[in-house]
Amino acid sequence: MNRAVMRVSRIRVGRLLQDKLHVFWMQICLVLVFILPFILVAGMLYKSLLLIEAQPLTELLFSKTWKPMAGRFGFYTFIISSVWVTILALLIAGPICLLTAIHLTQYAKRWVLRVMHPIIDILAGIPSVIYGVWGILVVVPFIGNYLGPFFGKSVSGYSILAGAIVLAIMIIPFILNILIEIFKNIPPELSEASMSLGAGKWQTIKLVQVKKALPGIVSAFGLGMSRAFGETIAVLMVVGNVAQIPKGLFQPGYPLPALIANNYGEMLSIPMYDSALMLAALILFVVVLIFNFASRLIIVKSEKQLA
Amino acid sequence: MMDKFKIVIENLNLQFGNQPILKNICASIPENKITVIMGPSGCGKTTLMKSLNRLTDLNPDAKVTGSIFIDGQDILHTSENITLIRKKMGLLAQRPYPLPMNIYNNIAYGLRISGRRKKRYLDKRVEHYLRQVSLWDEVKDRLKEPAGRLSIGQQQRLCLARGLAVGPDIILADEPTSALDPISSQAIEGKFNELKKNYTIVLVTHILRQAKRLADHVIFMYMGEVVEQGPASEIFGNPRQEMTKSYLNGIFY
Repeated sequence: MNRAVMRVSRIRVGRLLQDKLHVFWMQICLVLVFILPFILVAGMLYKSLLLIEAQPLTELLFSKTWKPMAGRFGFYTFIISSVWVTILALLIAGPICLLTAIHLTQYAKRWVLRVMHPIIDILAGIPSVIYGVWGILVVVPFIGNYLGPFFGKSVSGYSILAGAIVLAIMIIPFILNILIEIFKNIPPELSEASMSLGAGKWQTIKLVQVKKALPGIVSAFGLGMSRAFGETIAVLMVVGNVAQIPKGLFQPGYPLPALIANNYGEMLSIPMYDSALMLAALILFVVVLIFNFASRLIIVKSEKQLA
Repeated sequence: MMDKFKIVIENLNLQFGNQPILKNICASIPENKITVIMGPSGCGKTTLMKSLNRLTDLNPDAKVTGSIFIDGQDILHTSENITLIRKKMGLLAQRPYPLPMNIYNNIAYGLRISGRRKKRYLDKRVEHYLRQVSLWDEVKDRLKEPAGRLSIGQQQRLCLARGLAVGPDIILADEPTSALDPISSQAIEGKFNELKKNYTIVLVTHILRQAKRLADHVIFMYMGEVVEQGPASEIFGNPRQEMTKSYLNGIFY
């Protein structure tokens, strides 16, 4: 009898220890994930501080002069390129996503959505380098051979527009998935109410559904934008990478991520160069963070308002 | 006295995909009375009601056959614009679903849709219908607030006012008090008794006592079929079908 009690208690102690150990490791992992972004920011800040101390931040951000050999690092050209590519990509992807989501959730038969879901997921899962190759093989020649000449311009095709088109296609599945969820979650009774008041289907979609979904749509676009802003390899492959302020859609540009990816590890013998690239990374990080944060804030706020 | 029938349903069948929901429904709904459709959950009450203003069209998998005559016009086989037919019926759902706009615009929505845009006219109508559901005094100072901020009971009265504003002859109400507290429920029930002078009211409910309080005419459904129908006094006082009897006695619920 006594023995049995002892054995049981021994097992118990063992289990307790195991439990504690497991919890310990889980907490370690949790802390690791939690502090990771802070370590990243600290690293970037530490590296770029050298440059920030040497030149005023406003000059770094708004100067157009990019002469690393002379120690002059103005990021304006790259920031503008990034902004152009991102906004253009959203202008292309936004309407496509919105109309597709509306059609899939309001007009299409159920099986269409069932078929489309995996297709969208496949699109979302394709590695970005493949989009880049596709861009070089299809989009760049199309712009160089047809679209450019059509507007009377002789261009190579490697351009802001090519980058934006490739980017747009990359963020479409991402935005589309969010929009479909948003529209699916609008209670059908709301549409029924609107239609029983004499509204047609399109009026109902326009005046009630889109209105109800608006905060969600805005934040979906915001999340898509932060994706586009940070996307590197596919854009780098088609955008031309010329450090100039693009004067038109058919001109090449040089977005921030491409700058970092192309040059880090290559020209680090130049003084301050790695510091400059780290600053570029920091700018990228901050912008993406702001987009993300703002989008999520809108979602949370609108949910509160509806609840 | 013979009742004049506002709605006559003949051989109505409805299925979602391969699943039959309504089986060969034949029923008549008298004018300016409260007709209660009652029956256990899942018997097709709501679907029957929604097919009256063809909201079942919204489900792409729904197949409907048969006829529904409203004022003698078969709304399932008509060339008339479906939105005009829907405007003849105000809809009140199980829970209030205010439109995502302010209180004023919730009422003005239907009027604007039908082309009324003058502010003076809209102002008057909004006040009129809010008064009709006794909501005006509670909301007159906050017309520009989102309708979602009202209490559930107020929202349901707002939805009733919104439905009345487009000038229907029929009110379709699908368990309109199931989300409401007893006081708000009473307010809605009271309104129905007032409104039946001018409107034909179709009320879906599974609350037996509510049915007894309000019904002039009863349609009792079970498993997608009409078991029995007739004036409330007959159905409640002297039901002919065994199934109706046992339902009224609470044997299955």
